[in-house]
Amino acid sequence: MKISRRRALVAGTAGVVGAAVGAAAGQTPEQAARAKDPTKVQGPTGTDIGARSPFEKPKRLSLTDRRTSTLTPLQDLDGIITPADLHFERHHAGVPAIDPKTYSLLIHGMVERPVVFTLDDLRRFPGRSVIRFIECSGNGGRAYRKEGNQTDQTPQQLDGLTSTSEWTGVPLATLFREVGASPKAKWFLAEGGDAAVMTRSIPIAKAFEDAMIVYGQNGEPLRPEQGYPARLLLPGVEGNASIKWIRRIEVADQPFMTREETSKYTDPLPDGIARIFSLDMDAKSLITEPTFPDKLTGPGWWEIRGIAWTGRGKIAHVDVSTDGGKTWQRAKLDDPVLPKCHTRFRLPFEWKGGEATLMSRATDETGYTQPTYDVLLAARGPATAYHFNNIRAWKVMADGSVKFAGGGA
Amino acid sequence: MAGFGLQAAGYRTSIRAAIVITAALVVAVITTHAQTKPAVAKPAGAGTAKAASPGTAKAVPYGIGRAATPDEIKAIDIDVMPDGRGLPPGRGTVAEGAAVYAAKCQSCHGKDGAGASADRLVGTDSGPNFNFAMDAKLVKTVGSYWPYATTFFDYTQRAMPFNQPGTLAPNETYALTAYILSLNKIVPADAVMDATTLPKVVMPSKNRFVMDNRKGGPIVK
Repeated sequence: MKISRRRALVAGTAGVVGAAVGAAAGQTPEQAARAKDPTKVQGPTGTDIGARSPFEKPKRLSLTDRRTSTLTPLQDLDGIITPADLHFERHHAGVPAIDPKTYSLLIHGMVERPVVFTLDDLRRFPGRSVIRFIECSGNGGRAYRKEGNQTDQTPQQLDGLTSTSEWTGVPLATLFREVGASPKAKWFLAEGGDAAVMTRSIPIAKAFEDAMIVYGQNGEPLRPEQGYPARLLLPGVEGNASIKWIRRIEVADQPFMTREETSKYTDPLPDGIARIFSLDMDAKSLITEPTFPDKLTGPGWWEIRGIAWTGRGKIAHVDVSTDGGKTWQRAKLDDPVLPKCHTRFRLPFEWKGGEATLMSRATDETGYTQPTYDVLLAARGPATAYHFNNIRAWKVMADGSVKFAGGGA
Repeated sequence: MAGFGLQAAGYRTSIRAAIVITAALVVAVITTHAQTKPAVAKPAGAGTAKAASPGTAKAVPYGIGRAATPDEIKAIDIDVMPDGRGLPPGRGTVAEGAAVYAAKCQSCHGKDGAGASADRLVGTDSGPNFNFAMDAKLVKTVGSYWPYATTFFDYTQRAMPFNQPGTLAPNETYALTAYILSLNKIVPADAVMDATTLPKVVMPSKNRFVMDNRKGGPIVK
């Protein structure tokens, strides 16, 4: 599927490059034509560090001047892996500069042997690589709140606080066995080495389920903004709890009730209570193509593409509607369908001209189905602050342009 | 793997490390075989607390890492729990807190804890029934939404002031805690905060917080 937005970008950049090549003085028209033909000119040779084609310029986006978060350009990505330099960011006190030679992780508290691990120590343990998403619990707030009425928004603006990487590290269970975590322990505190010295309490069951201390991301060391040199990874859990730049873990009998897990990342509910430790991310999907600002250049066959994920295992199926939710068709899921991981879905779409409203709806292996806006609103209330996984809609206009069409009040 | 670098300088290290890891893998196999079935997958303390768990002394460690000393743990272990564990010696009054606040906090948090660029700290309005889910105009403050007073001490000590994080002395943090709790009408104007009094403060929102009850399945909660 070639969409006019991308064509425009390619044409613009190619024009600049072509002009530069053609500007060489004293060329005959034949020489100039040859210079522009890649089959008639030797190309540049190998480089130490690769770079994207000059025709491709994906960028993260910050919605505020403070830049405490930046969003992944979901509409520019294929497959399920997010390039490391495009993984979304959320910092609570900026990105610390940590020397891997002086980095250490202390594990103490209700353990038999409090131990300090260097980065080399962590890398010596039997390791593991997994492909898992990380999503900020505030992701999608714009689609839920009043901004949902704005039609000219991209998937990046609406939902760009989710990314998927291959993460490599050591299971936290291995480290907890190493230090002899007490059978009486119920929680652990994870603490970061940033200026927020950010802390979250996590049920210890998660450590023995699938938590990891990771040092690798997509085959290379973590990016600084992703926690270099090591971070906690809690698959399927709201992103802030996967503490970056992790420096200390304290094993305990009760939660520490830190600022983040009480006054911030909690979910007030309509019946006068607030949900605390609402860690797991519910199933969600979103269409990434065609979306604003795409424009279908004519009637005919197109492919609806998107990603689906759940913090509770694997995606079971994704249904797509092209008539605003009246009828649904089962989308094809690309292999591999991994637990707690972005899953790519696709559905051929014959656009006959005229208006069409596109929606996607994910169901996970627990039987949970992504709710409509009205269902989520009834459960959570209009002023809730996190976990916005309601169905999103995109409207193909009669002229082929695509607008965001819902999720908001 | 940094521990097994093939560079010449690291060659001897890599041999030694390889021996260690081989031994460790043997130990791991023995350990796994020695354990009863649910031990590896089950969290220590969950359900079958009596079963041989990987978190007990019966598990043989790899021996990677070095023992932490009590002093280095003490130096980095700054957290404070709701029951007061972790609170340092020291004390502070509301009046002392007002002075510290004016000097170090007010430029971002505003006079009397409200009305400036950073989070509003003071305010008691939570609506008729803790209406934060229904009324977007309600502001979550220390007085209206923080369930534990110890959290304020912990966070202020670790991360504030924003431009000089982690520089407040315990007495200053106790004083600031007393001052902000007083502005929120949770403690009286003559209150003194220390390791004994602070954990006894009962916050207005304490009983509003409930553990997550979502578990997947067909019902949206």
